[in-house]
Amino acid sequence: MAKPKTTHFDTLTLHAGARPDPATGARATPIYQSASFVFRDTDHAAALFNMERAGYVYSRISNPTCAVLEERISALEGGVGAIAVASGQAALHLAIATLMGAGSHIVASRSLYGGSHNLLDFTLPRFGIETSFVDARDLDAWRNAIRPNTRLLFGETLGNPGLEILDVPRVAALAHEHGVPLLVDSTFTTPYLMRPFDHGADLVYHSATKFLSGHGVVIGGLLVDSGRFDWDEPGRSAGKFSTLSEPYAGFHGMVFAEESTTAAFLLRARREGIRDFGACMAPMTAFQILQGIETLPLRMQRHVENTRKIVSFLAAHPFVESLGYPELPTHPDHALAARLLPAGCGAVFSFAIRGTRDQGRRFIESLRVFSHLANVGDAKSLVIHPASTTHFRVSAEDLRAAGIGEGTIRLSVGLEHAEDLIEDLGRALHAAERA
Amino acid sequence: MRVSVAGHSVYAYTGARAFDAALPTIAFVHGAANDHSVWALQSRYFAHHGRNVLALDLPGHGRSEGAALRTVAAIADWLVAVLDACAINTAALAGHSLGSLAVLDAAGRHPTRVERVALLGPSVPMPVSEALLDAAKRDDHAAFEMINAWSFSPPDQLGGNRLPGVWMTGSSLRLMERCGPGVLYTDLAACNSYAEGLKAASKIRCPALLIVGERDQMTLPKNARALAETLADKRVVRIPDCGHSLMVEAPDAVLDALREFFPAR
Repeated sequence: MAKPKTTHFDTLTLHAGARPDPATGARATPIYQSASFVFRDTDHAAALFNMERAGYVYSRISNPTCAVLEERISALEGGVGAIAVASGQAALHLAIATLMGAGSHIVASRSLYGGSHNLLDFTLPRFGIETSFVDARDLDAWRNAIRPNTRLLFGETLGNPGLEILDVPRVAALAHEHGVPLLVDSTFTTPYLMRPFDHGADLVYHSATKFLSGHGVVIGGLLVDSGRFDWDEPGRSAGKFSTLSEPYAGFHGMVFAEESTTAAFLLRARREGIRDFGACMAPMTAFQILQGIETLPLRMQRHVENTRKIVSFLAAHPFVESLGYPELPTHPDHALAARLLPAGCGAVFSFAIRGTRDQGRRFIESLRVFSHLANVGDAKSLVIHPASTTHFRVSAEDLRAAGIGEGTIRLSVGLEHAEDLIEDLGRALHAAERA
Repeated sequence: MRVSVAGHSVYAYTGARAFDAALPTIAFVHGAANDHSVWALQSRYFAHHGRNVLALDLPGHGRSEGAALRTVAAIADWLVAVLDACAINTAALAGHSLGSLAVLDAAGRHPTRVERVALLGPSVPMPVSEALLDAAKRDDHAAFEMINAWSFSPPDQLGGNRLPGVWMTGSSLRLMERCGPGVLYTDLAACNSYAEGLKAASKIRCPALLIVGERDQMTLPKNARALAETLADKRVVRIPDCGHSLMVEAPDAVLDALREFFPAR
């Protein structure tokens, strides 16, 4: 028997969550640049406030343009819903704040974006939430770090900047064995390269600033719920997530896990987290991210294609000391990459040159096409020196543990012609060699 | 809220309101492989507008214990047993899909216990395709995908949820996936084998409301005609551009129809 027809990923990138504007016929998603929305009458207002009717009240809580984006990323990830927020960092904070409070504990991969590391290592302890950092590849370390008060396991699909691949199926299984969810930062891979929910993850977030929007013009984050995790499962998660399984005085005694079987997490995140912390996304930002997502498959193919050519070039260059890209047989996660990331391992990777710190600086300053800045996932190619920028607050010991050296250079490969990028890199390497 | 029926714990969502014996009650009954949460908006409305609400999880579904019941008549009798367990003499009943058949049967065979019935996505008979039954019998995930494909109108397949931020088909799929092995098949087989619908309808004297999605491919609108013609005191509300997932696809239209039928107290 043939399977029922389902809409393909590429089509969903263009259509999910949107339909022609019923008021005007506008085909593009309108930018609903309005702080508030008019109630039909007082009963309608009361019903919207009390979640008896669906609709819009105030754009901090929800907005029609943002809602299209939320549905679109949910469709692409295979989730039940999403919340658009002010940044990737806001998405991480919203996930944590929704699930736990003081006295809770997180186990996280050590290979994280520096900003995420800061939040977990320095800021959240001030609010009573501690994190144990572990080697992303060491499942025993993950297991041994779990405590009775652990409420979340967290890692990046591709670790930053060493590209350690998170073994999502095994870490998710470990999390579920202990009655807690796995949260994954999927920024580097996007749902085009990997859908973590298909491998057992429970929550996913993106810095949509990167590949999803794709043009380096907005700051935004998206938090997506798989809808699979049972927040009140007897003998497993029951008693661990009181924010979801016990009455919430801040919303008329609502028990979110009873209110919504599949979207309790999102309900609390919206009704408390966005309402109270307020890190919402602007509708103009949502519109720009939607524009980016429309070309996500085409862009990711080109990002990966260019990256593969540049990796081949650099790996064979005599002035390159080391290069970490999981598609190379020398990478420790080569086999895992073939299993979890068959369409490619993204367009961000690091390499080290044979030379001094000054030669590294000369290399970066000699580049003409690559832009030296703190971002990844732009259509334009980017370069940065992590030890002095994104990870400058991280100790030397932790830097080494995360696979970052003083001479490590990180590239984010864009959509230019590969030959131009290779020429730029070759010339800069030559200049560095001669310095 | 929990009560015990035949030794099994039954869960009923009450809109976070305590049960008040002085208030009239509406019991909401979900469809195949669903649970109480499909009624979230509508049941919450009535819970905050002068009614007791019992949005039930059928046995073997959601938070209720026990095995899924194999026939529509068994579900109808269970509904009456739930009313007994709650010390409710009479109640209004609202049912969706399989739940609409159970409500119909309960009202036909237990007329003194039922004040009004709202039947959403009804079909008498309610035949289920062999392909769907076969897939459900094998616990094949394709069964859930078929239901999704036939339960949402074509435009709604691509989203546009009235509830911001929720992907309708994804949420529907995940809810069905939560059912244990065999539950969907048991539910669908109960729909498929129920042959007493018109007989039950002919015995009903209380007011009945039929809510039909004009683009319902799961229970075709034409299959509600004989039912509507048989019911003595009925009104029919047809919702344009809406499929079988009425409460999600058209939450306001459904609530408006229910509000008119179950007037505020």
